[in-house]
Amino acid sequence: MAAVPAPEITYKVPKRRHPVVQFALTQPLGTAGLLIIIVMFVAGVFAPWVAPYDPLALDYGAMLAAPSWEHWLGTDAFGRDVFSRIIFGARTALMVGFLSSIIGCTVGAVIGVVSAYFGGRIDMVVQRLMDVLLSFPIIVLALAVVTVLGKWKVLGLDMNLIVAIAIPMVPKVARVVRSSALAIREMPYIDAARAAGFSHSRIMFRHIIPNVVAPYLIMLTAFVAQAILLEASLSFLGLGVTEPSAAWGLMLSGSSQEFYREAPWMIIFPGVAISLAVFAFNLFGDSLRDWLDPKLKL
Amino acid sequence: MLRYTIHRLLLMIPTLAGVAVLVFIMLRMMPGDIVELRLLAEGGSVDPATIAAERARLGLDKSLWHQFWDWMGGLLTGDLGTSMWTGRPVVEEIASRLELSMQVAIMATVLATVLAIPLGTLAALYQNTWIDQIIRVFAIAGLAVPSFWLGMIFILVLLLSFNWIPPLTYTPIYVDPWQNLSQLIWPALAVGYRYSAVATRMTRSTVLEVLREDYIRTARAKGVWERLVVSRHAMRNAMLPVVTVIGLEFAFLIGGLVVTEQVFNLNGLGKLFVETVTRGDYTMVQALVMLIAGFFIFINFAVDLLYAALDPRIRYG
Amino acid sequence: MKLGHIVGMAAVAALAVAPLAAQAQKRGGELRFAVSAEPPNYDCHANSSFAFIHPVRPHYNTLLKFDAAHYPKVKGDLAESWTISKDGLTYTFKLHKGVKFHDGSDFTSADVKASYERIYNPPQGVVSLRKGAYSDISSIETPDAHTVVFKLKAPNSAMLALFASPWDCIYSAEKLKQDPNFPQRNILGTGPFTFVEHAAGSHWVGKRFEGYFEKGKPYLDGFRAIFIRNTAARVNALQAGEVLAEFRGHSPADRDKLVESVGDKVNVHESPWACALVVTHNTEKKPFNDARVRRALSLAVDRWGGAQALSKIALVRHVGGVLRPGYDLAPSEQELVRYPGFGKDIEKARAEAKRLLKEAGVPNLKFKFTNRNVPMPYTPVGVFLIDQWRQIGVTAEHEQLETKLYQAALRSGNYEVGLDYNCDFMDEPNLQLQKYVSASKSTINYARYDDPKLDELFEKQVRAGTKEERIKYLRAFEQRVLEQAYTVPTIWWHRIVVTWKQLKGWHMSPSHYLNQDLTDVWLDQ
Repeated sequence: MAAVPAPEITYKVPKRRHPVVQFALTQPLGTAGLLIIIVMFVAGVFAPWVAPYDPLALDYGAMLAAPSWEHWLGTDAFGRDVFSRIIFGARTALMVGFLSSIIGCTVGAVIGVVSAYFGGRIDMVVQRLMDVLLSFPIIVLALAVVTVLGKWKVLGLDMNLIVAIAIPMVPKVARVVRSSALAIREMPYIDAARAAGFSHSRIMFRHIIPNVVAPYLIMLTAFVAQAILLEASLSFLGLGVTEPSAAWGLMLSGSSQEFYREAPWMIIFPGVAISLAVFAFNLFGDSLRDWLDPKLKL
Repeated sequence: MLRYTIHRLLLMIPTLAGVAVLVFIMLRMMPGDIVELRLLAEGGSVDPATIAAERARLGLDKSLWHQFWDWMGGLLTGDLGTSMWTGRPVVEEIASRLELSMQVAIMATVLATVLAIPLGTLAALYQNTWIDQIIRVFAIAGLAVPSFWLGMIFILVLLLSFNWIPPLTYTPIYVDPWQNLSQLIWPALAVGYRYSAVATRMTRSTVLEVLREDYIRTARAKGVWERLVVSRHAMRNAMLPVVTVIGLEFAFLIGGLVVTEQVFNLNGLGKLFVETVTRGDYTMVQALVMLIAGFFIFINFAVDLLYAALDPRIRYG
Repeated sequence: MKLGHIVGMAAVAALAVAPLAAQAQKRGGELRFAVSAEPPNYDCHANSSFAFIHPVRPHYNTLLKFDAAHYPKVKGDLAESWTISKDGLTYTFKLHKGVKFHDGSDFTSADVKASYERIYNPPQGVVSLRKGAYSDISSIETPDAHTVVFKLKAPNSAMLALFASPWDCIYSAEKLKQDPNFPQRNILGTGPFTFVEHAAGSHWVGKRFEGYFEKGKPYLDGFRAIFIRNTAARVNALQAGEVLAEFRGHSPADRDKLVESVGDKVNVHESPWACALVVTHNTEKKPFNDARVRRALSLAVDRWGGAQALSKIALVRHVGGVLRPGYDLAPSEQELVRYPGFGKDIEKARAEAKRLLKEAGVPNLKFKFTNRNVPMPYTPVGVFLIDQWRQIGVTAEHEQLETKLYQAALRSGNYEVGLDYNCDFMDEPNLQLQKYVSASKSTINYARYDDPKLDELFEKQVRAGTKEERIKYLRAFEQRVLEQAYTVPTIWWHRIVVTWKQLKGWHMSPSHYLNQDLTDVWLDQ
C-alpha cells in the first residue's frame, strides 16, 4: 500500500536519473500519453493564437462545408470552423476535467482519511453514505445536480456541471483512500504519535496524508479521463455546456444530430478529439500507477 | 458464514433507505411541475383550477412527509403506484423495457468476457512485450471511445454503405431471433467494447499479481505457460476481482445505457430514466432508482459473499 | 357574419407539390410512420401535442374537419351539413346516419352533446385544455338523434373553424356517463381505424374499422406509428424506408440529404407553417421594463438576412409579424417593413438600437437568454439571435433548459429574456393573439405586462363588422405590439415533409395538427 515500489534485487547500481527521464524510459506508452496531454494543454491555453478562426463566428456563406484548405476539418451548421471549435473545446474539456476531478478526489480523499482515522461509528456512517452515493445511478445524480444548482458560472465555467461530474467520484476515491489510510493507521509510528499527544489534525496531515498521495494522484489522472467522457455524455443529453460555447460533447449533439449524415465531419472529429484526450489520460494514468504503486486497483 | 451473511444483509437496509431518501429529496428539489408540463408544454392555455385539480389527483398537494410515507408504505407492501405521466402502473412501464435492457447487458457481458479473459491473460504472460503493448492500447482505447459515438459511427457506416439501419422496434428473441439480433447486436458491440476494455485491464493486473506470488516464482525455471498451469489454483481465487468488475459493469449497464439507447432508438430503461427524470415523474423515477440501486447493492452483496466463502479471513476480519 | 372571414379565407398554403391527378385508390397495406414523441394518455380533450394527434386522431371523428386539399376550407366529418342563424348565435348540425362506434354501438347526437359538454364545461376531475376557446357556448340541444344545435352567448368569428378542431374527438356518451375519464386510458371512437396496441416507448398500432361509415374507406389495412425520439434516428429510418413519413417536419438539410440519397422514391411537400418563435422580455425585470431596451433588441435582429441563412439549416424561413405571412389577414411585405425591427436596412436599425441602449443607460447590456432544449429550431434560432445581439454590443448568455424547466422559468417569470413559441392548429387571430393580450387576461402572456390599449384593439377586431375593419384593427394591434416590443416574433417556421412515393392521398397544410385522420390515405404498392 505504501508508495514504495517493491524492489527487485539487482546487482547493477542504478544510475540516479531525473524522475521524468526515468519515467520516460520505463513507461513509453505513458510518455506518449503525456505528450498528447501537453499538446492539448498548449492548444487549449493558446487557443486564440492557434485556432485559425473565431470559434463563435457564424459564417452563413460556409455552412456545412466539407474539410478543405480553408477549413481543415470542415464547418458546422452555422459555418463555424470545426477545427477552431475543437481547439477551444480542449479548453473546456481540460478545465471541466481537471476541476471536477480535483474537487471530487480531494473531497473523496478527505472523507476517506477522516473515516479511516476516526474509525468506529463515524466510519460506519460515512461508509453507508458512500454506499448510497455509489449505488445511486450516475445519470439521475447528474441530472438532478445540474438542474437543482441551475446555471451557475464561475469564470465562464459551468460549476453545476463540474459539481455533477465530481460527485460520483467522491465515494470511489473515499473507498480507496480509506483502505490505504487504514493500513497506515495500524503502523506503530501512528500509535506512537498518538501516545505522544499529537493532535488529530497533525497526525493526519503529517503522517497519513503524505502516504495517500500516490493513490490520490493516480486516481486524479484516471478521473480526468472519466470526467471528459461524462461531460461529453451530459452535453449530448443537453445537460452540459450550452451553445454557442465550444465543447466536444456539445459538438456531437444538437444540430450535429440533424446533420451528421450530410456532414459526417461534424461528429467524426469531435469524437476523435474526445477519444484521443481520454486515451492520453488513461495511458498516462496507467503508467503513473505502474510507476508509483503497481498494486493499486481502481 | 451465516452470521456474516446476515450481517451483510442488514447492512443493505441503511443503504437502501439512504437511496430512497436521497432520490425523494432530489426530485422535489428540481424545479418545474409535471402537471404543467403535460397540460401546457405545447402551448395550451389552461386555467389554474384545472392544474390544481390535477395536482391534487396525483397527490402533489400533500405535505412532503405525507408523500414520503405514502411512497414508503407502498414500497414496503410492494405497491409502486402509477406513473404520473401516463397513468399506467409503474411495474408495467418498467417490465415492458426491462427485457431489452437485460438482453443488451447480457450480450455485452458475454462479448466482454469472451474477449477480456484471454486477452488480459495474454497481456500479463507477455508483460512488456509488443503483445502486451498492443493489448493495452486496445484496452485503453476501449475506455476512451465514447460508446454512443461509436454507435453513431456504426449507424453512419451501415447507412452509407448498405442504406440499411438496424430495426427500430424491439422483437423478443424467442419470437424472431434474427430480427432481434440484427437490432441489438450493434448497441451490444458499441458498449461491449468499453466493457471488455475494463475487464481486460482487470484480468491483466490480476494475472500479473498471481504470477508475482512467491510460490509461483519457484516455478521460475519453467516457461510462462507452465507457470500459468501451476498457478491454476491461485488463479481461481485471483479471478475474483475480474468477476467483481464484470458484475458491477453488468449492474451499471442495466440502467446506464442512457445515451447509447438514444442513438439506437432502443426502448430500454436508460431512455425511460432520462424521459421520466426530465418530466419529473416522481413515482417512476423513484421506482427506477430503487430498482437499479437495489440491483447494484445486491451484486455487491453477492460478490462479498463470494469473497468470504473463498477467503475465511474476511468473515472474521 | 364573422364566419365569413373563416370561410372566406383564401387558400394561402403555397404547396410545393401540386395535387396529383386523380388515380384509382388501392386498398391494403400498413402505413408505417415516425413520431418524435409519445402521447402521455389517450384523451384528446386533455392533450396538446402533435405527438398525440398523429397516432390518436385516426381512431376518432370530429364534428367538422379541415378540407385536407383546400385548407382553410372546412367540411363535414360526422356532420353531414350545417346552418348558421343570421345573428350568428345558433349552429345547427345534421349528422351522418349509420355511424357506429368501434364497439358496435350507434352514434347519435347525444354523443356530440356529451363530448362538447365535456370540453366547455368539464365535470370534476376531467381536464379540458380548450375550455376557454368554447366559453361562448351557452347550451347544446339535441332535437333528434341526428341533429345537434349549439347556442352561443355572443357571435364568435372563430366558431365554425373551432368545430373543425382536431382536438374535439367525439366520445361515446354512454361511456362518459359511466366514467368521465374513460377516454384517458381507452380508445373508443367512430374513426376509420380501431385501436390494436400501444407498446409504451416503442410503437402504436391501429387497424381498419370495417364498420366505418364512409363506405370503402379507409383504404389502409392499418397504421403503425413508431416513436423515435432522436432526430438522426428518425431521418435514418426514413432514408432506409423503415418508415414512409414523419409528419411534423424536417430540416432543410435532412430534406436535401433524403432527396440526394433516395430522391427518385420520395415526394417533398413544403408549406409556410402557422408557428413562430418569439422573443419574450420579462417586463417585470430591469431593464426590460424599458420599451427602448426591448425595441433595441428587436431592431438588432436582421430578420430578412437571418431568414435566408437559417432556412438552409433550420425549419424557419418566413419573415412575419404577429400573424403568419401569407395568411390573408396578415400584412403585406410593404406594410411589414414599416414596423420597427422589420426594415431592410440593418445597419441603420443597428445604429438606432445602439442609440436606444445608450439612451436607456445600458450600452453594454448583459443578460441571460432562456431557451428550450429542443434542437430544432430552438437551438439554431437561439444561436442566431445571440450573434445578432453581439453585433450591437449586447452579451446574451445562453441557457437551454429541458422543456419542464424552461416552461417553469417562463411561466413563473424566473427569466430575463426568453425564446417562446406561438403555434396553433390554424390561422386565427383570436387564438394567435392570445400571446400578446394583457397577462391578466391571458395565461400564455409570459412577458407579464398589462396593456389596456392592446386589449381594446383585440376586442375590436373580434367584433369588427367587415374584413377591412378587422384588418385595420389588426394592423393597429400589430403596430402597438412591435413598438412596445414586449414579445416580438423572430422568424416564422417553414414546414417540410418528405414522404415515400407509394404514400398517396395525404395533403400538406400549414399545421402539423391537421390532415392526420388517414381516412383518404392509401399505399400504391
